Amino acid sequence: MTQITEGTPVLELRDVSKSFGPVQALAAGSLRVHAGSIHALVGENGAGKSTLVKIVAGVHRRDSGVFELGGEPVDFGSTSDSKAAGVAVIYQEPTLFPDLSVTENIFMGRQLVGAGRRIDRAAMYAEAAALFGRLGVDLDPRRLARGLSIADQQIIEIAKAISLQARLLIMDEPTAALSGIEVERLFAVTRTLRDEGRALVFISHRFDEVFALCDTVSVMRDGAYIATVPTAATTESQIVSQMVGREVAELFPKTAAEVGEVVLEVDGLNSPGVFHDVSFTVRRGEIVGLAGLVGAGRSEIARAIFGVDGYDSGSVRLSGKAIPRGRPRAAIDAGMAFVPEDRRAQGLVTDASVSHNVASVIRGALARVGLLTGSAENRAAGPWAGRLEVKTNALDMTARTMSGGNQQKVVLAKWLATEPELLIIDEPTRGIDVGTKAEVHRILSELAGQGLGILMISSELPEVLGMADRVLVVCEGRITADLSRDEATPDAVMHAATRHEEEFAS
Amino acid sequence: MTPPTEVTHADGSGATASEVLLVQPSTLSPARRTITGLLRSRELSIFMVLIAVTIVATAKNENFLFSADGWRNFLVNPSLLLLLAVGQAVVVITRNVDLSVGSIMALTAYLTGRLFIDQPGLPIIAVFALCLLAGALLGLVNGLLVAYFNVPSLVITLGTLYIYRGIVLSWAGSDRVNAGDMPSDFLALGNKAFLTIPVLTIISLVVLAVVGYYLHTARTGREFYAIGSDPDAAVLYGLDVRRRIITAFVLSGALAGLVGVLYTARYGTVSSGVGSGIELQAVAAVVIGGVAIFGGSGTVWGAAIGAFLLVTINRALPSLGIEDFWQRAVVGVLILGAIVLDRVLSKRQESKLADARELSA
Repeated sequence: MTQITEGTPVLELRDVSKSFGPVQALAAGSLRVHAGSIHALVGENGAGKSTLVKIVAGVHRRDSGVFELGGEPVDFGSTSDSKAAGVAVIYQEPTLFPDLSVTENIFMGRQLVGAGRRIDRAAMYAEAAALFGRLGVDLDPRRLARGLSIADQQIIEIAKAISLQARLLIMDEPTAALSGIEVERLFAVTRTLRDEGRALVFISHRFDEVFALCDTVSVMRDGAYIATVPTAATTESQIVSQMVGREVAELFPKTAAEVGEVVLEVDGLNSPGVFHDVSFTVRRGEIVGLAGLVGAGRSEIARAIFGVDGYDSGSVRLSGKAIPRGRPRAAIDAGMAFVPEDRRAQGLVTDASVSHNVASVIRGALARVGLLTGSAENRAAGPWAGRLEVKTNALDMTARTMSGGNQQKVVLAKWLATEPELLIIDEPTRGIDVGTKAEVHRILSELAGQGLGILMISSELPEVLGMADRVLVVCEGRITADLSRDEATPDAVMHAATRHEEEFAS
Repeated sequence: MTPPTEVTHADGSGATASEVLLVQPSTLSPARRTITGLLRSRELSIFMVLIAVTIVATAKNENFLFSADGWRNFLVNPSLLLLLAVGQAVVVITRNVDLSVGSIMALTAYLTGRLFIDQPGLPIIAVFALCLLAGALLGLVNGLLVAYFNVPSLVITLGTLYIYRGIVLSWAGSDRVNAGDMPSDFLALGNKAFLTIPVLTIISLVVLAVVGYYLHTARTGREFYAIGSDPDAAVLYGLDVRRRIITAFVLSGALAGLVGVLYTARYGTVSSGVGSGIELQAVAAVVIGGVAIFGGSGTVWGAAIGAFLLVTINRALPSLGIEDFWQRAVVGVLILGAIVLDRVLSKRQESKLADARELSA
């Protein structure tokens, strides 16, 4: 284990920082990866891993800090720069050309040519077959990329990286969409690459994989480097505490609300491949946090409850009344409100005015003889915008020009105008600056105090722990923990969120 | 999601990854692979339809094929549409469409006549070159607009369709170029044949061969397919997407320019209404010929056969005693049939692959 820390590292990042406007995504990112090593990079959602990877890949340019490749300082302006320098990134979902053959996907843009600059197909097929042989996978170089599993698509990306002579491969959560056997094959390929003397960075939320595959692990938290240790010298719980090791800031003005009768009852919800056997309740005045890792299935559960997506079996009841599946309008009429994750795309008509947006869900009630007047919309929107302190000059200002925080308030106002009994809110403060965050939290807290049941999905652990009366943890489509406010510690949530599937098998 | 599988896999025993994924290299010999590939190709099935139509029409009236006129018409009538379809196919493969070809063709057809009238003594080859150049320039305008403004080519070329046609209308007015205005050498081109094969047909087949060869064997030729298959991935791969798209439109425009000259040579008279509506026939030929309308797949061979089929059917139906209305409907049925076939085939392939994965996982 010690020899891998000697010599010039293939990749060296020291105190790299990156800001997007006022948001600092990376404060002091450091990473040192050696040849012949598989290096795990772990951290919570939003710890800055992706930003770090994108800097190495040439997608973003760092603001400051040292970035060296093989001892040479580098500065990438584009992804082709990083490719030329021998860096390859394998993303969770590769982008391939579905209509072209596997071989053409590997060689596109730099096909082997023979006499007269003719493409030499035979040579390319042979080369692709040789690459697959080296990786120990059996893939037909002639077949189309369409219909290949994600695992096979990743293999093609890896083959491409090898044919480009990449010396550093970064795999960004490659196993998230793979089955057990596919993961094994990927691991075998990864080990082959390590034995060839390449440097690999492996990003994963699954600790069993980190321990099975990697020799070194680096932990990041809040955009900064925390520690690097050999995996042999650490344990899962040590890593977890390094990942979450902070006090829950007293940013959250959570006021105790009187918890009343059950508003939402979800029973045995199933959707194959998405979520399984999801049952829980939300009471009046209660904020229930839905925690878990990105991709665990939280948003999908919320969308199914609201009726945007279907589900196979199970039932959803609101105040005792069954909600039909797959019909959002019925859910709205029954008193459900849903603030989606991507508010620009799904929650707002960004080109429309504030009052249009607020009135859009209740336009049926506002309309007179089927016609909607601007003054009726303004009358309806005014009080809500005022209550939520939407900072706009006028209600006819377009939503596009507003800040993220104000947009979120407009979406909230729109739903509150329907006078709901249950509010589902997905990532309430994503992309919102710190000051407005607290305001959104205050509003949620107040709404709960007025007897609204709130189901809040959040990837930010402090937010969940600070706001929720009860925390449900989702892992791979299942609810793996139901924690009261007192039980919900960062460690407990993180453990439940990273529990791997074999633990439910028994 | 897959049911939990035991993660520890004894090496070499049980299901290995290759058995699981069902995508092993094929074991067919190269010759057999070529033959199966050909048999399954879309081009061959369209070609069979073409042959069937020809046989039926000839059985009904043997002059359809076995007369000097019938044979000539069989070969020469599709050649202009074939050229347009070749250009259109390249554009459609990049996930675009060029609706302005009919107007470009009208412009260069009238330009041909004007050149002969205003510049007597200009060599025929110079007229060809100037018209090709004019078509290429008009195509370049299309290409630049599509590549640099983020507007779908459908809208851009719909606009230039009207603009280019407007230029012809204001330039030609009610003027008409007649056969008498042009040198007889030029007009003879439209009727000359070589070994019973009309020169127009030979020109279009040569163009077809060159473009087909280029798309199949040149690096840049393959990039058209990549761009049409997934434009975002093409950017990630570092391909010069804009340049390829401009090239496709320039090629389509230049071919439309060539068609303008050939049209004049064949028919001898040009009015401002030449070629209106032919752009849709070109798109139809491309779609029938198996080029995916969303780009990325198909060949110019298919588009050429599609053009041949369209023209031949149009010529065959009247001789089979089918009413005019139904003649148009048949073309519609062909287009819809081609698209439905595409969807069904790709759905079936996808579900087959998905099933294979489900079973093995």
